[in-house]
Amino acid sequence: MTRSEPAAAALPPLAGHGGTSEPVLQVRDLVKHFPVMSRGVVRRRVGDLHAVCGVSFDLFENETLGLVGESGSGKTTVARTVLNLETATSGRVRYRGRDLTALDRRRMRPLRRELQIVFQDPYASLDPRISVHEIVAEPLRIHGRYGPGAKDEVRELLRLVGLNPEHGNRFAHEFSGGQRQRIGIARALALHPKVIVLDEPVSALDVSIQAGVLNLLMDLQSELGLSFLFVAHDLSVMRHVARRVAVMYLGRLVEIAPARELFARPAHPYTQALVSAIPLPDPRKERARTRITVQGDVPSPVRPPSGCRFRTRCPTFARHLTDSERTACVEEVPALVDRGGGNPVACHYARNVTLL
Amino acid sequence: MTTTSHGVRDVPVTDAVLEVDGLTVEFPTEDGTVRAVRGVGYRLDRGESLGIVGESGSGKSVTALAVMGLLPGTARVGGSVRFEGTELLGLSDARLSDLRGSGIAMIFQDPMTSLNPVHTVGHQITETLQRHHPGLNRRTARARAVELLGTVGIPGPERRVDAYPHELSGGMRQRVVIAIAMANDPDVIIADEPTTALDVTVQAQILEALQTARAETGAALVLITHDLGVVAGHTDRVAVMYAGRIVETGSVEDIFYTPRMPYTLGLLGSLPRLDRDEERLTPITGSPPSLLNLPPGCPFAPRCPLRRDTCDDTEPALRPVGPEPHFSACHFAAELADTGAEDVFDTVGADAEALARYADATTPDEPPKDTV
Amino acid sequence: MTEIDAPGAADSRRPAREHEFTVEQRSQTRLVLRRFARHRAAMASLVVFVLIVLWAFVGPHLWHYSYAKFTPDNSQAPSRKHPFGTDSSGYDAYAQVMRGTQTSLKVAILIALGSTAVGAVWGAVAGFYRGLVDAVMMRVADLVLTLPLFAIALVISSRSGGSWYWIAAVIAGLTWAYVARVVRSTVLSLREKEFVEAARALGASDTRIILRHLLPNALGPIIVNATVLVATGILTETALSFVGFGVQPPDTSLGLLVSQAQTAVDTRPWLFYIPGAFIIAIALTINFIGDGLRDAFDPRQQRVRQ
Repeated sequence: MTRSEPAAAALPPLAGHGGTSEPVLQVRDLVKHFPVMSRGVVRRRVGDLHAVCGVSFDLFENETLGLVGESGSGKTTVARTVLNLETATSGRVRYRGRDLTALDRRRMRPLRRELQIVFQDPYASLDPRISVHEIVAEPLRIHGRYGPGAKDEVRELLRLVGLNPEHGNRFAHEFSGGQRQRIGIARALALHPKVIVLDEPVSALDVSIQAGVLNLLMDLQSELGLSFLFVAHDLSVMRHVARRVAVMYLGRLVEIAPARELFARPAHPYTQALVSAIPLPDPRKERARTRITVQGDVPSPVRPPSGCRFRTRCPTFARHLTDSERTACVEEVPALVDRGGGNPVACHYARNVTLL
Repeated sequence: MTTTSHGVRDVPVTDAVLEVDGLTVEFPTEDGTVRAVRGVGYRLDRGESLGIVGESGSGKSVTALAVMGLLPGTARVGGSVRFEGTELLGLSDARLSDLRGSGIAMIFQDPMTSLNPVHTVGHQITETLQRHHPGLNRRTARARAVELLGTVGIPGPERRVDAYPHELSGGMRQRVVIAIAMANDPDVIIADEPTTALDVTVQAQILEALQTARAETGAALVLITHDLGVVAGHTDRVAVMYAGRIVETGSVEDIFYTPRMPYTLGLLGSLPRLDRDEERLTPITGSPPSLLNLPPGCPFAPRCPLRRDTCDDTEPALRPVGPEPHFSACHFAAELADTGAEDVFDTVGADAEALARYADATTPDEPPKDTV
Repeated sequence: MTEIDAPGAADSRRPAREHEFTVEQRSQTRLVLRRFARHRAAMASLVVFVLIVLWAFVGPHLWHYSYAKFTPDNSQAPSRKHPFGTDSSGYDAYAQVMRGTQTSLKVAILIALGSTAVGAVWGAVAGFYRGLVDAVMMRVADLVLTLPLFAIALVISSRSGGSWYWIAAVIAGLTWAYVARVVRSTVLSLREKEFVEAARALGASDTRIILRHLLPNALGPIIVNATVLVATGILTETALSFVGFGVQPPDTSLGLLVSQAQTAVDTRPWLFYIPGAFIIAIALTINFIGDGLRDAFDPRQQRVRQ
């Protein structure tokens, strides 16, 4: 753990993780544990919740990287730790030559202009007591940019995200869910950031509303050359917006690949199960599909399984492996490397399967 | 029986297990009356499955609660709900709960609303069994409970039968609810967003368990969901709800391949797809109307790109479009034949001019001020 | 209100006319006021309270007797000339009760404002930082709460010469901890809200988060508590003055008036019962107003009343 040196040297590129240009954001071996406390009067630390365990990825300029996983996969923790909203237990997050995990709040502050976040819940993420104008103006005020032209700037931001600039004096609760999410996006854009982390930005919205917000986000990304780290549980949304997709399971990345390839020919049994579990809004296709189903629920991140964390639910492990082959799954943590399929996958017995 | 609000006529009564006709639900509030359901009608034949889809506030869940007689006392319910020919509206609570015990089973989004936290799941299943078959002895009931838990895919049912609900995961609890529903050997299962709170891999398991339950009991299914994908794979017919009414209904193929109501069209077009590339989604602009003081005319008109003056004056009735079970509530349904969402809706995203101005204002790379 | 408003609305394919579908949205403040207005006891109390305040502060300027001036009439029963009668020294009781009410109200309001200001900031800081800061700050608050309010107030104010603001300061110094506890628990739940994290992600300082986001959102409980403190303030001041350690003559307060009249309860009951009635009226109306505000701020109360 080399937390002491803030000016991290350029990190070696990750093999097979795509992209030709210099990455904007490099995440290496990110680990985040949360203490688990005992109940009762004297609260002792009785264990750790392994939310994120050794996650590495690069985010390139002008791309949307999707981070997908079910609840408990640690995807939201990655999003928050990357932005230093949670302190990393270990690992590095390198942005513009600096290791963010080593920065305290004061030194992090100027970088906040360039690294922004949009939250999941459009109801909870906007302060109900201040006007929409003030919500969008807040980043400008905090960073001392609220000058004479700021009023117009805010109006322009509201217009940009598809809201009526005349409505700036209203309060958040007067808007619908989709409009509130647009307000959150306007706030994130106010400082002209380079990277925006989107933490489940559309999962609280109805589909007809969600589509508008997705279109907006995609326009912003492509026209402004922004880099998005798009966290979501919805694979269909992911496939639509992301150029590359990283799949998380119980704190680890299990597969990372360009979106089309990932969904057309997933290599990790978990990705296969995920893709196969998504119902298609097409009755004939849906009825004709063969499914790869997994058993049971996600194990507790307090005591994750040894070796491959997916093995307890893995259909390949359960049905297709010999006992000697299973030893590797139980004893060895599979590394996230290219195993011949063209993209990194963390499974000892990865095999690309066509599902759609 | 002659005509129902969805226009089905002269169908032999014997086949219908559940008939809902002109159902209305109103909630008096401080601000006035909320008309949550405004004349919903459908019929469900024995063993058939009907999907009810709609976005939040469309009235789909309220409809289900009204059918089950589970609405709060302040709600005003009108119309008719017949289960195997018996009118349910106005029935006493005792009779209704009898019926809920045997004829109709309900599965909610949150399994804890139907499970009692202080009893083991086994106890809850045997209790239901014994209510249904008073002669059943305890040992047989327990054996049957274990069997039911196994059927819905709970691993180690002999152990889990003695577990309390809080010891189980969300997916497991929902399976227990399905097992209880099966214990009743119901004729109708109404599932209200049964998988919304669950992860996709668990959702797939639950939907499978639900299919098993139907296969075992031969029950008809009303599946209420906002997820068009779930409906596509698990129901024979679909009803699309908007602003408290069914605006289009038909076979799944009708709805998914030849929708004839702009709302359905927009809904399908706004759905990102896993199985194909779409360039742009077609969002429906605006929000659903408030069901308080709804003005006359088609409630979808303010969001509809096809809106004409007629739409503001008269609310279109559900009328047949094409082959038998396909009905649509749009004045211009005929024009929508062979139309895709992208022909009707805009693919609006960011405001282009504002975007260009914003891009200009973005300062070229300035290194962050070094405060270290 | 539509999802996407003005931009693109000029597009010819878009519906030209829009229904006004949504109910007219009300701001939080208007909602609270409306709910308050429906609370009958609270509304009536508010009217009575405002009348008392007006009477106490404007009345003395219109009344032809001063509270500090002798009149030639001693120990008179209420009459048209002296509606509340006079005492044995010839003071006009009407003028005195006006003045007394004014002083008591000033003390009570100062107590409420002072202890609310201190307590709110104290509680917000403790709840926001949690951990050691919270532990230390709340132990201090607990300590203040364990102090026997009345005894301490007695000791300190006996040396202060009886000026009303000094008495108010002493009582406020002993009651702010109540506010601190309420605000702390509110802030503890508020700080987990996403909008606080959003502010942090923007780089907002702690001071900004507390002052701009946390305290305004804790306003409901703070206001409700302040009304309760006004009532507590009135009663504490009354008690202090009654035992002679509050406001000193020639100035007067409701407590002092009651105290001075206690020997005359049988002979000149108006001197005792009229200021007493004012004390009760003020405490009671404030409590009802507090009740009304609590209901109005609590969204769970929304549909209870028919």
